[in-house]
Amino acid sequence: MKKQAVVINVKDNVATLVDDFTSGTEIHYFIGEQEQSVILLQDIPLGHKVAIREIKKGEEVIKYGESLGGATADIKIGQHVHVHNMESLRGRGDK
Amino acid sequence: MMEILGYRRPDGKVGIRNHIAIIPTAVCSSTVAANIAAQVPGAVALPNQHGCCQIGADHEQTVRTLIGLGKNPNVAAVLVVGLGCEGVPIREVADEIAATGKPVEVIVIQEVGGTLKATAEGLRKAGELARKVAHLQPEKIDVSELVMAIECGGSDFTSGLASNPACGIASDMLVAAGGTSMLSETTEFIGAEHVLARRCKTPEIGEKLIRYVRECEERAKLLNVDIRGGQPTPGNIAGGISSIEEKSLGCIHKAGHAPIQDVLAYGEVPKGKGLYVMDSPGQDIESITGMVAGGATVVIFTTGRGTPTGCPIAPVIKITGNERTFKMMEDNMDIDASTIISGEETIEQVGKRIYEMVVEAANGHMPKAESLGHKEFGIYKIAPTY
Repeated sequence: MKKQAVVINVKDNVATLVDDFTSGTEIHYFIGEQEQSVILLQDIPLGHKVAIREIKKGEEVIKYGESLGGATADIKIGQHVHVHNMESLRGRGDK
Repeated sequence: MMEILGYRRPDGKVGIRNHIAIIPTAVCSSTVAANIAAQVPGAVALPNQHGCCQIGADHEQTVRTLIGLGKNPNVAAVLVVGLGCEGVPIREVADEIAATGKPVEVIVIQEVGGTLKATAEGLRKAGELARKVAHLQPEKIDVSELVMAIECGGSDFTSGLASNPACGIASDMLVAAGGTSMLSETTEFIGAEHVLARRCKTPEIGEKLIRYVRECEERAKLLNVDIRGGQPTPGNIAGGISSIEEKSLGCIHKAGHAPIQDVLAYGEVPKGKGLYVMDSPGQDIESITGMVAGGATVVIFTTGRGTPTGCPIAPVIKITGNERTFKMMEDNMDIDASTIISGEETIEQVGKRIYEMVVEAANGHMPKAESLGHKEFGIYKIAPTY
């Protein structure tokens, strides 16, 4: 089966989709050797991220095993993770 | 033990090409240099816009880069072409390069008497150099003598997922074999510098890396703009990259997992083997020029959108993780890493293919950019020209 999403590091709480997928689709991915799946709660396009673990507001979004920034809202498993619910913690001259 | 076909230079360094470099020391001697190179087999000119009216660290950087390019072991012999009144010390550049033991000649346009005489004299000298080095034969040499530069440009989400981590594997393989690998592009460390700093051999080297990133930001602030105002770009965001941290974390994966031996100034030559980081801009051509001036003899270059560029003195291997880009720009792409995204191959398998192609390139195989004559060249400036 063609791969649907990629998880780079076992610590990651997001997976990156490798195709466009619609809400309700069950997406399969591997964490290390272990296959897991997540049901999308919304349409998410190619190259974008889906939460594979609950991420509470203020917690870090993790990809590559490292922080991409902080969640600005509670994020459920299956939700799209992007600039609408997370923010860079670097270079914030406004904070 | 893996072997390559290399040219052992008098200073012990190993090249995988046998170029004659025609190096202008000022923008004003670039045309004469290009004309000479056009007529002599094996000669390549390094025309550039620099060499005069530069001051301080910016001037020093241009001088260091020109010397480094001449010293690069892919270069068998050098003709330095000066104008005569430029800021770059013409004969010092030639003498520094000659310290490697390779044949070096100099012409100065104002001393010879103009374009026609300088071209004739330059051709006479470049022809002599060609006769001195064209017969040199590569010999079997251990792969540990390779110095590989790693570059990424025209990135998209596949770069961080597929082609960059695969390059990281190739870099790890070369370092494990005793070779040298270089990561650059300081701009794209912002937000990931702590990850790289942790991997530095000593805390002091880690601090040096953080300092280079801070200086990069400070220079941008001198223009009264925040460098991050445009990072990630609208295109990056549309493609799924949510923050500068995410962009940088994808970029640094191309350097694999080896410890960082040192952080180098632009164009600085590493003192040992293993993985090094060099301060450079994110702009591909200037970044590659810096690493090649630092002694890199082969370049691996990941691209999502697809870029055709090469380098005058080092073969450049193009890798894309984007299936569509590989199909659209197959003229320019050497390795299809989209098999990682589709699940047909692992990152390790593609990394091994990249490493094998690096060894093939070292054995004389021409990557596409080299075979199509791509010789893009540019030197990084850190201050205005006065």
